[in-house]
Amino acid sequence: MSASMQAIAEQKYKYGFTTDIAMEDFPRGLSEDIVRRISAKKSEPAWMLEWRLKAYRLWLTMEEPDWAHVKHPPIDYNDLYYYAAPAAPAPKSLDDVDPELLKTYEKLGIPLNERAALAGVAVDAVFDSVSVATTFRDTLSKSGVIFCPISEAVREHPELVKKYLGSVVPVRDNYFSALNSAVFSDGSFVFIPKGVRCPMELSTYFRINARNTGQFERTLIIADDDASVSYLEGCTAPMRDENQLHAAVVELVAMDNAKIKYSTVQNWYPGDANGKGGIYNFVTKRGACRGKNSKISWTQVETGSAITWKYPSCVLLGDGSVGEFYSVAVTNNHQQADTGTKMIHIGKNTTSTIISKGISAGKSENTYRGLVKILASASGARNHTQCDSLLIGNECGAHTVPYIESRNSSAKVEHEATTSKIAEDQLFYCRSRGLSEEDAVGLIVNGFCKDVLKELPMEFAVEAQKLLAVSLEGSVG
Amino acid sequence: MLEIKNLHARIGEKEILKGVSLTVPTGEIHAIMGPNGAGKSTLSYVLSGRDGYEVTEGEVFYNGQDILALAPEDRAAAGIFLAFQYPVELPGVGNANFLRTAVNAVRRKRGEAELDAVAFLKLARAAVKRLHMKEDFLKRNVNVGFSGGEKKRNEMLQMALLQPGLAILDETDSGLDIDALKIVAEGVNALRSPNFSALVITHYQRLLDHIVPDVVHVLSAGRIIRSGTAALALELEAHGYAGLEAA
Repeated sequence: MSASMQAIAEQKYKYGFTTDIAMEDFPRGLSEDIVRRISAKKSEPAWMLEWRLKAYRLWLTMEEPDWAHVKHPPIDYNDLYYYAAPAAPAPKSLDDVDPELLKTYEKLGIPLNERAALAGVAVDAVFDSVSVATTFRDTLSKSGVIFCPISEAVREHPELVKKYLGSVVPVRDNYFSALNSAVFSDGSFVFIPKGVRCPMELSTYFRINARNTGQFERTLIIADDDASVSYLEGCTAPMRDENQLHAAVVELVAMDNAKIKYSTVQNWYPGDANGKGGIYNFVTKRGACRGKNSKISWTQVETGSAITWKYPSCVLLGDGSVGEFYSVAVTNNHQQADTGTKMIHIGKNTTSTIISKGISAGKSENTYRGLVKILASASGARNHTQCDSLLIGNECGAHTVPYIESRNSSAKVEHEATTSKIAEDQLFYCRSRGLSEEDAVGLIVNGFCKDVLKELPMEFAVEAQKLLAVSLEGSVG
Repeated sequence: MLEIKNLHARIGEKEILKGVSLTVPTGEIHAIMGPNGAGKSTLSYVLSGRDGYEVTEGEVFYNGQDILALAPEDRAAAGIFLAFQYPVELPGVGNANFLRTAVNAVRRKRGEAELDAVAFLKLARAAVKRLHMKEDFLKRNVNVGFSGGEKKRNEMLQMALLQPGLAILDETDSGLDIDALKIVAEGVNALRSPNFSALVITHYQRLLDHIVPDVVHVLSAGRIIRSGTAALALELEAHGYAGLEAA
């Protein structure tokens, strides 16, 4: 490797810095006491504490799943910190936010200052276990939109939280959803009332900073009848030698004719070139299309994390509802990704589209795992699945595991899959036109992912393209 | 000026070029003709720096610079352009985006300012028109679903935009009908100037009716066995390579 390539490889994870700030954290380990302390810290009502304790007791009886195509040493859940927050009291407004924190988000390119903020994007910033700032809240509240930290929603909008929390991803859904339900510390809450189109993009930026700390955020988005919203989340973490756990739960609810577009650019620290460190990203994301002709669309660009275990899914209950899943998952070095989706067709004439692009480089393993399930009630259901894998080098793996279950003979399900390699002749062709090898790989990979990237909100598509190129630096030659 | 001195190259254990020497002075167009397996494509790949072709002996200078140590992209920046015999498809990569990335990569390396999207499109549209291509060419994915003729035209479009000092055409005429052949020839002839030279590699004489070379070389079994004027091409056409090799 030339000196300049070496330099690029080393600086490639540019979000790896840590923020030096006074922190408050609870003792290591998980117990009923810790759950109570988290709840007390958030000044939660009794019903919320009860909910958490029930989840905790259930979690104790469950086993970590082992069916995913990933390998990691056993996780010692009693060696983690379950709560960490900047020590200063919670900020009342942006002016109260610790300048060190504002600087952190500035370095990450996330403007929290409303005047300087990207026009039309409201941001909620979650730092370790708490939300530190939510921008544009006044503007949003004028149209009736609620966009706030979920800990605040528990206190201010209990009727909404009680009604919807755990209604899409039940506590007992899986090991990690039970864990999250017991210890979730913050995340975003969004409610779009009837007939309202959210006037701006909503965005949450998640940052893990503290050492040995798990991040368990909880996001709940509800779009009432005829409402629509586009939401984007971004994630980064410092470079640390030990593995950190991230087990989030995201629930979406779309009522009649409502539309939710949920985009993720996941760039948690992936570990170093030898596989040391990195985030374990065990996430449960699910959307319920409860209303007629409702639509939920997941778009994800997954480039980070040592291990990704994530299946953003849609339950298509309402007649004529639509579920979409557009995914780009990139793995390099020793990263492992097992990701895909579940489309559960229940209502009549429901449709789903799955486009998955997996890119593996280095010694990584990249698996698409998907389920298309058509229930007997889902007459006229349709699914189209397109799964493409691109391999860079000879030491990586790509796997496709599609499950199709159809109980209705009028349903139409299509599945297409391809696996290809970046061909030497493609690279040479680009290089003979003056492109460096890295630029050539970036161009070819972006071309491969085009069908997914075009689904991202405009501002983030450019960012995602750059991220793809950076993630694969040093993967050829 | 391109100077090739006693060039030996092999693929794996097989020696393909066995001491090629030739000089193309700036401003001249030279043709290389030869039977299948003579080493024509190997020569073009060695000159443009493709992996897998090992130079075991000899030197290549372009404008006084030893180019064999350069990466393909640096050769491109130095002004060498290879028109491919089989242009490669790049799914999902828009032609305009590809062309602009290439032009700007080369400009950057040459220390020139990069072109913004507007300036580039203007240039590209003019070139498209000059080469009698449809404007949707720029919107399509690089070579994907292109006919053989369209692919070759796309090579000419790239050449027109990259403005090389030396163009190497590797059997660009293969599989072309007469109209497409003329377009390739127009593409090369349009660049003809005292600052431009070209190495036109071809199996058949017919391309040389349209691009009249200053010198014709015959490559056979890895060596240049004869060099002469354009008349040599006609002679080959009449008598074939076999007669020549026997001589």
